[in-house]
Amino acid sequence: MEGFKSLVVILLSSVLVNNYVLARFLGICPFLGVSKKLDQAAGMGISVTAVMLLATLVTWPIQHFILDPFELGYLQTIVFILVIASLVQMLEVILKKFSPALHRGLGVYLPLITTNCAVLGVAINNITDGYNFVESLVSSLGCGLGFLLAMVLFSGMRSRIDETEVPKNFRGVAITLIAASFLSLAFMGLAEIVNNLIG
Amino acid sequence: MKKDGNLSVLLNGIIKENPTLVLILGTCPTLATTTNVFGAFGMGVATLAVLICSNILISLLRRVIPDNVRIPCYIVIIAGFVTIVQMLVHAFIPDLYDMLGVYLALIVVNCIILGRAEMFAGKNSVGRSALDGLGMGIGFTLALCSMAAIREVFGAASFAGIAIPALENYKIEFLVKAPGGMLVYGLLIALVGIITAGKAPKKKSFSCAGCPGAHICGSSDCAKGKEEA
Repeated sequence: MEGFKSLVVILLSSVLVNNYVLARFLGICPFLGVSKKLDQAAGMGISVTAVMLLATLVTWPIQHFILDPFELGYLQTIVFILVIASLVQMLEVILKKFSPALHRGLGVYLPLITTNCAVLGVAINNITDGYNFVESLVSSLGCGLGFLLAMVLFSGMRSRIDETEVPKNFRGVAITLIAASFLSLAFMGLAEIVNNLIG
Repeated sequence: MKKDGNLSVLLNGIIKENPTLVLILGTCPTLATTTNVFGAFGMGVATLAVLICSNILISLLRRVIPDNVRIPCYIVIIAGFVTIVQMLVHAFIPDLYDMLGVYLALIVVNCIILGRAEMFAGKNSVGRSALDGLGMGIGFTLALCSMAAIREVFGAASFAGIAIPALENYKIEFLVKAPGGMLVYGLLIALVGIITAGKAPKKKSFSCAGCPGAHICGSSDCAKGKEEA
């Protein structure tokens, strides 16, 4: 039971408290770039969640069964980025072959995910935080869901911004970042609530 | 395309095509490491070092690397240099290493570096690529430092860790938290937009040119977004 509780804590804290986009600033590029429309935002969020889970599934054993025993820890960055890049490519090929419908839906986001720092960030953070295999998977799931949540919420805000008259110099990126700042502020409040609940 | 002089290659990165404030590349480290000037400067210099080295090597190898596997090659080269920088920082400036944490490793996926490799180093001579890397790196460092200065002075009443007693009672702690970072960044982009009005290249959108995925996702929403912009 104790183990289950700690998993819930990890999940909740990675979705709400340490939200990757809004509190840790990882994966800002897709967050700002692909959040214009709700369906795109959701598609990107789901793809990122899937890739995060897969990446953790592969990188955690690599770290603990190959890099650590042979004292190759310093190769972590190179190995992880290569693994993630090839994983994404493979996923794209497999999806194309076996599920063209899904590929049409999510395929366009896959190449962009290779260089999404949130994915590499999750893989590295799971190692530095000393999570075991199950905890790592739960934390990746949480980070992915947190990313999805932030994307979906923000796409709603963006559609409202589109309808308003923005001062000329703030149009585009500037107003988007300021709006993101307000969303981040809301999440900060949420984080306090969760912290108090968990204690 | 008109060939710019060497000096303007260097200066482009600092002002006109500032990677952070005009091209809007490398947003993640910009927001994450600017809570104090020391961390921001360290991040800027680390990125500068990786940028120059990778630009030079990629430019040297530009005729050797086959076109269709160039992105993986670039990533391996960049990851190699990032690892070297990581080890050097860990050995000589452990404080900075602890402060930057995961963001140091994440220089690998910093779109400025891949973007410059793709846009400049893959097409230009070694000397010009080194200059471009230097200019872009300095531009990145300056942007990071100015943002960090605003956030640290007004948010934490200190500068590079040295306390400023006069502001002690007027801290706006919001600025050093996550939302404050986005707010200051947004305001700075708007400010630079006013200053460079008309002079800067029209890249106020999230530039596809700098996105390493651009060549793959040519038909996707990314391209659509580019047309709209």
